[in-house]
Amino acid sequence: MDFLTGEELLARCEDSGLPISGVMKRRETDNTEQSKEIVDARLKKALEIMKNSAHGPLLHPQKSMGGLIGGEAKRLAAHAESAGCAVDTLLGKAIRYSMAVLEVNASMGTIVAAPTAGSSGVVPGVLFALQEERGLSEAELEKGLLCAGAVGCLLMLNSSVSGAEAGCQAEIGSASAMAAAAAVELMGGSPKMCLEAASLALSNLLGLVCDPIAGLVESPCQSRNAMGAANALTCAELALSGICHPIPFDEMASMMHHVGRSLPMELRETALGGCAATPTGQRLGETLKRPQCAGCK
Amino acid sequence: MKFLSLFDVIGPNMIGPSSSHTAGAASIGLFVSKMFARPIKKAVFTLYGSFAQTYQGHGTDRALLGGVLGFETDDPRIRDAFTIAEERGIAYEFIADEKTATVHPNTADILLEDPDGYTLLVRGESIGGGKMQIVRINQIEVAFTGEYSTLICAQRDVPGVITHISSCLSAYNVNIAFMRLFREKKGTTAYTVIESDEWIPDEILEDIKSSPNIQDLMLIQM
Repeated sequence: MDFLTGEELLARCEDSGLPISGVMKRRETDNTEQSKEIVDARLKKALEIMKNSAHGPLLHPQKSMGGLIGGEAKRLAAHAESAGCAVDTLLGKAIRYSMAVLEVNASMGTIVAAPTAGSSGVVPGVLFALQEERGLSEAELEKGLLCAGAVGCLLMLNSSVSGAEAGCQAEIGSASAMAAAAAVELMGGSPKMCLEAASLALSNLLGLVCDPIAGLVESPCQSRNAMGAANALTCAELALSGICHPIPFDEMASMMHHVGRSLPMELRETALGGCAATPTGQRLGETLKRPQCAGCK
Repeated sequence: MKFLSLFDVIGPNMIGPSSSHTAGAASIGLFVSKMFARPIKKAVFTLYGSFAQTYQGHGTDRALLGGVLGFETDDPRIRDAFTIAEERGIAYEFIADEKTATVHPNTADILLEDPDGYTLLVRGESIGGGKMQIVRINQIEVAFTGEYSTLICAQRDVPGVITHISSCLSAYNVNIAFMRLFREKKGTTAYTVIESDEWIPDEILEDIKSSPNIQDLMLIQM
């Protein structure tokens, strides 16, 4: 079993009566030499790493390599306990966990790229927030990861997940589309609703530029992960309510790539535009890029 | 193009912060250490392009060295690569070359030396998503990705060597995915690179070595 477009994916779901996760798992076992058991074990391993990276910084905050971030997840957790907390528990956890993963990433800890390292917080942020707040089992979470993987696969095949190629929309936008689809499947939505949510998520972030300060995967990457998680939950809720997006997923994916290619080079991970090019961004870039004395390693 | 697996999307499992600047760098280091397959006394890394500009903030230096020490892309010891290299008595050096233009912005040369003075110089490119390719061995331009079991034969560029290698592969029933010859100019050293989807039997090395025209062999299993 295989699919190359969103339309084909929905047809496979229709034919087999399987959800997107089921089709994705069959695609994996049919086309690689991995048994179902190996795929399950690798999914468990990925979830374990994701879980550690989403929770670790709440207890053990770490300063990033470049020094621009560190400790945000712990701050968010503390603030969630206060009367001044602006979001509910589900959203609070989603943004906290997604920020935590980026903190782990930026301090050379272990993460799972999903689909990239710079956007690795979105999918775990949404999955673990839903698990804790909606009482989902580990097995259900594995399905969420498969569904997210199916959408990511379509984007890698037909669009882009590279900030250098197509801007932040290709990284955070893709991760957000993946997480939105997973959230829909986990909440009982149909395969069609999953791709509706993914298409909405892409359209909301269309044109988002990749502009890392000092060229490092720290800021604004970390808070964009929180935003990507919030967008995923929003789009999932829209789709689950039956609110349709007029543009089908395949067209949206293709357009995201097209928009990405029309972004000027300065706005595609070169640290020459956006946040990186503000006076403060440039100053931080100068300070952080200056090589240390060659004698001190 | 290889089949795009679920774990190419949900993965790689890796030490951050960047799949191209950290995971890809570790993959290059690890592959080169497998090519070298000897005790390492000294490792010199020359970084080009984006690697040269941002290597410290991305931990590219620790990742390259960690790879050379044998660490996979998700091994937390990458963080402590400097200390571990010192404990193992391996000298290391990083040179940031911001002037030389390279084909790919994320390029590194790795020069490894063993205690007897044997050296190997390899250029790798981190091509995105944690993937890499080897593009140069000891000044000869090559191109392969390390995604397959890889047999590299350094040989004198004279007639009959390819036939000899092919017959050895055939005797062991190795299913070849790709086989390519790379050379600088006629009659000097050339490299034959063979890639297979399967494990290549180690015994094959003795057979290939039996030809006086074979100068060096490297076998890196998938």
